[in-house]
Amino acid sequence: MKRDDKPAVPARRIFLRDISRGAACAGAAAGAAGLLAAASADSGKSGTGSVESFPTPDYDWNKHRWAYAVDATKCIGCLRCVEACKRENNVALDAHHFRTWVERYVYIDGEEKPHVDSMSDPLNIEASGSEKLYRFANRYKDAKVDKAFFVPKLCNHCTHPACVQVCPTGATYKTRDGVVLIDHKYCIGCQYCVQACPYGARFFNHAKGVTDKCTWCYHRITKGLLPACVEVCPVEARMFGDLNDRDSVVSRFIRDNRVQVLKPETGNAPNVYYIGLDKEVT
Amino acid sequence: MDALHHASAFSGYVYPNETIIPWSVLIVVYPYLTGLVAGSFTVSSLYHVFGMQQFKPVARFSMLLALCLMVCVPMPLLLHLGHPERAFNAMITPHLTSAFAIFGYAASFYTILLMLENWFVYRPQIVQIATEGKGPLKWVCRVASLGSNDLSEYAMNYDHKWIYALAVIGIPAALGLHGYVGFVFGSLKSREWWSSDLMPPVFLLSAVISGTALVILLYVLTSLARKVAIEEPCVKGLAYTLWGFLMFALILEGLEIASMLYRSREGIDVIVTFLTGPLVVPFFILQIGLGSVVPLLTLTYVIVRGSKGRALTAAVFVSAALVLCAVLLMRWNVVIGGQEIAKTGKGLVSYEPEVFGREGLIAAGSVLFLPLILMFVATRIVSPWAEETRAAVLRGRTPA
Repeated sequence: MKRDDKPAVPARRIFLRDISRGAACAGAAAGAAGLLAAASADSGKSGTGSVESFPTPDYDWNKHRWAYAVDATKCIGCLRCVEACKRENNVALDAHHFRTWVERYVYIDGEEKPHVDSMSDPLNIEASGSEKLYRFANRYKDAKVDKAFFVPKLCNHCTHPACVQVCPTGATYKTRDGVVLIDHKYCIGCQYCVQACPYGARFFNHAKGVTDKCTWCYHRITKGLLPACVEVCPVEARMFGDLNDRDSVVSRFIRDNRVQVLKPETGNAPNVYYIGLDKEVT
Repeated sequence: MDALHHASAFSGYVYPNETIIPWSVLIVVYPYLTGLVAGSFTVSSLYHVFGMQQFKPVARFSMLLALCLMVCVPMPLLLHLGHPERAFNAMITPHLTSAFAIFGYAASFYTILLMLENWFVYRPQIVQIATEGKGPLKWVCRVASLGSNDLSEYAMNYDHKWIYALAVIGIPAALGLHGYVGFVFGSLKSREWWSSDLMPPVFLLSAVISGTALVILLYVLTSLARKVAIEEPCVKGLAYTLWGFLMFALILEGLEIASMLYRSREGIDVIVTFLTGPLVVPFFILQIGLGSVVPLLTLTYVIVRGSKGRALTAAVFVSAALVLCAVLLMRWNVVIGGQEIAKTGKGLVSYEPEVFGREGLIAAGSVLFLPLILMFVATRIVSPWAEETRAAVLRGRTPA
């Protein structure tokens, strides 16, 4: 299955269709109480349907070895990935819960260390006008910038995940196709895994009382779709694919470039491969 | 969502998810309580195992204190969990690679051990109330006696063997339980502030001094309240224990900071900023200065000078109070401090505890004082004081 090499259009259409359906539902709900009841009944049905369709029939997790790649030189910091992730995965719309985020590194002339910020920075929130909207404020327009770049971040789905090691119940686990998932019905919410992750990729889902993090959109990738963040990236800075497939975009990316991973010294063996990093990126 | 979480202010660059401190003040209370358990058990064992007679006045008291503290140890953890009703998942399906998976077993084992030990120690009193007492307490004690009313010399010798054996097992169990808490923090490679091989011994020694300090405080206060003479050899023995272990604790903590600074691994800049900024008052001035160096010098002075009587008691009492505060601060500086240093190595988060709520200061304070309330209730039923005869206890408890 060369799902990552399929033309992106059909998958993108499905994604847009889902969003438009959501919008239609919202409109209907706003219309009338009766319609609201119908919509909720309908969403209940579709909810049941999604439970039935997951795990995806005929999906064999022994046949895949998923990996993620980031070309940081391409990222323009538009933050569509952050917004798509929040909506796709129902992540709290605030400045403290993210399954993926983007960091900005700016070197100003004459300064040794870069200025680093993300969309959570108070100045960026002020510029966007809301915690629910994600922007990078144009705060360096009057400075003499030597070098600047963006770095998308997400869970590294490590080969030796420290978060899985420390989970006292086994609620978080590594799937055979290389994804680190959390069983929200078994997690006790101790947050030991949040402490153990060196990348800050995990957070506490306060509404559910459990830990949460990026799943590489497991519900999508097992259906042949791309993760939402990869789907919406307008510059293909984010890539996703199967390492078992030599021709997948990720396999080619790793083969054609001298790739890096974040914090290799932790021994976690991350599976998000980067190019275009800088010594100050941690 | 706003009411559900409490975001912290930060400086520099921190990962967006780090703005909510995962482990709150409750997780400060948890190692503090386990440390007090280990420390008070150690004091009790100095008499029960090592036969040091000067500790006899507080031996039974500190054994009961250890139990009252131990039953409260899981409380801060349960209050902290997102799903406390699932807490037993860790015991039903322990994920054995986790440093925390065996907590349920270790804590249960130790609680049972303490219950057994206390049962044997207080069995004569329980039996006496069960047979001679009146009212509901008689029935409580009848159940607590487990139907074993034999107080013959043979039975007492048998009990004594059990007390000795359980105390011998209890020492490594208590030290292991608390050293393991140090391991929970020290084994995490994601935080430079925690990641240290010295963390378990630092936790252990601070546990011994905090438990000893609590026994000193309660012994002096209860003696004053009961209007009985404070036994000087006992105070002196406790002072020596506090003095000796305090030296070790202080040196080990110093070594830990020194090796972290000397290694100067990635992110050391922000650790130095932390040490020389937000940590100056809580760590250097209060924990190390006022809470460790001042008691150490005070104890050195009274011990070397050979002070006696009220001067000795007052000096030891004040030193113990300072040590008790310093160890609580040490837990805070380790648990909260570690989370205030961002994993980016480029920023600091500043934790502001909530006052109300499940993880607030009031909840944490209540858990912290609950063992003392339990102790008060327990000592209404049985007397932990060696000088009080069983008959006197019984007279005091039964209606006229």
